[in-house]
Amino acid sequence: MTTLAPPVVRGQEPTRSRGGRSDSVLVWMVLPAFVMFVFFGIVPLLGVVLLSFATWNGITPTIELTGLTSWKAALTNPGLPNALWVTFLIMALSWLVQTPLSILLGTFMARQSRYRGFLAVFYFIPLLLSSAAIAITYKSLLDPNFGLGAGLGIDALNQDWLGQANLAIATLIFVVSWQFIPFHSLIYQGAVRQIPQSMYEAAQIDGAGRVRQFFNITLPQIKYTIITSSTLMVVGSLTFFDLIWVLTAGGPGDATRALAVQMYQLGFQASLMGPASAIAVILVLVGIGLSLLLRRIGGRADQSQMEGA
Amino acid sequence: MKRRNFLTLSAGAAAGAALAACGNEGPGGSESGGGGSASYWSLSGEPGEPYRKAAIDRFNKANPDSKITPTFFQNDAYKQKIKTALGANQAPTLIWGWGGGGLKSYVEAGQVEDLTGLFGDAALKGKLLPGSFGAATVNGKIYAMPVETVQPIVLYYNKKIFDQVGVSAPQTYGDILDLIPKFNAKGIAPFSLAGQSRWTNMMWLEFMLDRNAGSEVFDNVFAGKPGSWSDPAVLDMLTKVQDLVKMNAFQKGFASTAADTNADQALLYTGKAAMMVHGSWSYGIQKAQGGKFVPDGGLGWMNFPPIDGGKGDPSNTVGNPGQYLSISSKATAADKETAKKFFSTTLVDEEEKAGWVKSGGVPVLANSDSLYTGDDAQFQKDMSAIAAGAKTFAQSWDQALSPTAAEVLLDNIAKLFQLQVSPQQWVDNMNGVIGK
Repeated sequence: MTTLAPPVVRGQEPTRSRGGRSDSVLVWMVLPAFVMFVFFGIVPLLGVVLLSFATWNGITPTIELTGLTSWKAALTNPGLPNALWVTFLIMALSWLVQTPLSILLGTFMARQSRYRGFLAVFYFIPLLLSSAAIAITYKSLLDPNFGLGAGLGIDALNQDWLGQANLAIATLIFVVSWQFIPFHSLIYQGAVRQIPQSMYEAAQIDGAGRVRQFFNITLPQIKYTIITSSTLMVVGSLTFFDLIWVLTAGGPGDATRALAVQMYQLGFQASLMGPASAIAVILVLVGIGLSLLLRRIGGRADQSQMEGA
Repeated sequence: MKRRNFLTLSAGAAAGAALAACGNEGPGGSESGGGGSASYWSLSGEPGEPYRKAAIDRFNKANPDSKITPTFFQNDAYKQKIKTALGANQAPTLIWGWGGGGLKSYVEAGQVEDLTGLFGDAALKGKLLPGSFGAATVNGKIYAMPVETVQPIVLYYNKKIFDQVGVSAPQTYGDILDLIPKFNAKGIAPFSLAGQSRWTNMMWLEFMLDRNAGSEVFDNVFAGKPGSWSDPAVLDMLTKVQDLVKMNAFQKGFASTAADTNADQALLYTGKAAMMVHGSWSYGIQKAQGGKFVPDGGLGWMNFPPIDGGKGDPSNTVGNPGQYLSISSKATAADKETAKKFFSTTLVDEEEKAGWVKSGGVPVLANSDSLYTGDDAQFQKDMSAIAAGAKTFAQSWDQALSPTAAEVLLDNIAKLFQLQVSPQQWVDNMNGVIGK
């Protein structure tokens, strides 16, 4: 989850350019980013699609095109249903845990006051750390023999966190949430701050309490932000690899082997680049499908959110 | 020139430069005129890296015309890196590896040089232990030079913990089974095992299979005979392994312990675990990290004990018969000559031998026994005796098999230890990838 689209900001339409001259300048300004995107985004993607119709072990100088062989191998791989299930489970659970907590934290931090700002600094610390560093730290803390529980002599903390199938998934969701809630809180903080104060004032006059205001004003007003944040969470969860790889390497057994881990193991450990590429294509398609679906759920983007403001 | 054209050109050049920079990690581009300038990739870290560097420095000093440039990588990172480099034609001149199935895949891809001619020189070949050439040979031809050390896998134990509990070192597998509840009763894990790394669990299977059924079963698997795993002794061995898991023979949370961080070693030298099955390189790690544990005589070792009623020869061992250096077939003629000269001079000289002895290892170079005089002498003598006395010195399974079969093997081994597959399912899954 490294490439983050900016949150939906419902700003003004960009002013139309006046003529051909400024258009051509714009084209030149877009070019560097466009070239990078084509070379490092589109070209490798096409390469992966091509590889999924080929057989290659990663080291032979020639790559044989073998039609659907790799697709058949990938789709009949006995590990695939489990990988799909694990990926779905991580996606659903991490969304369920992260969304409510992020909205609450974001709303809390949106109000300007000194102690909230002070706390916010601590909430954002995980944002500064890389996934690998987070995973290594948690792995050490959770070690049943040398970790926090063993060190402090607290038996409740001394579980086999990463060594039992269900606990490992739960631990993974916890670490993912710990890492990404700050980011999503930040998005929600911005969204809540954009809600006109007059709406709350009107609600207060009508006698609505804090809770009522939250459900009847805040939540509906940040609807589009929820869609954006959910898209980032859901699509981002498809690509969790570094965290899982360092924490559990897909284990115990195959309990945390998500699609991205399965892809890596097939491609770089089993030297089956064809089937690994087929899984990569599946990941891309699922990602595109999910973001389109979420956009549709979000409704038409031209609806006004400012009714009554 | 029109402005538009100029911009297109410079944008193209920038993109080209960016792409070239990406590909530049490989040393292929560092060709200089005149004498050969071979590149060399290997593993970083103690105990090996200083002696690898020393050999290259010696060679460069003695041969001012040619130059070998080393680059070192972490173990797991190197395994992926070298494959990617080979596929992209960016391989170094000298390719470090483990021989066996990995080397075979390089040979089939035409990536490594045939060295049979070089070792036709009996004087050169005679300087290396004969048993080390097996894993370097593919279809009767030698494609790699055995280098560095012989690494059998042995059973280590913590003598202090054994004294504390009042038990003696096991002589048979039956003794091990008796010891397990005794250690568990004292809150000490009987065995330390880094289960997340998977190849660590594999070391257990290698010995359990060998002691139960002899070395023939895996020989058949290696030869690609269909249904080789269906031997009843395999089922028996797998059941025994699952029994060990069920009796809590391994530390709590072993499935999430990773060997990369040496957490398994730490369990043994801190006395949280009583025994451990591990490669001979573990000695160097225990010595470096365990404080006074090794110097005070806390570490004991032995060949894996025989299993009552088993068919295997108790002298058999498993491990790495050596490390291996190959020459890239894509290197220039001058670079290849440099590499061959490195093989036939520096890598077989007395300093090389003395260096690896000093590292605490048993060199693949013959006639090293007289050099075992330091602190590690007893360990080295024992390892040398195990390696030389073994009726069969089998190569680690994951190195012997093709990468594809090895991955399925490791996956199923991890599931076996999780009790996620039954012995029968394991046999069926593994029969499915024989010869692949």
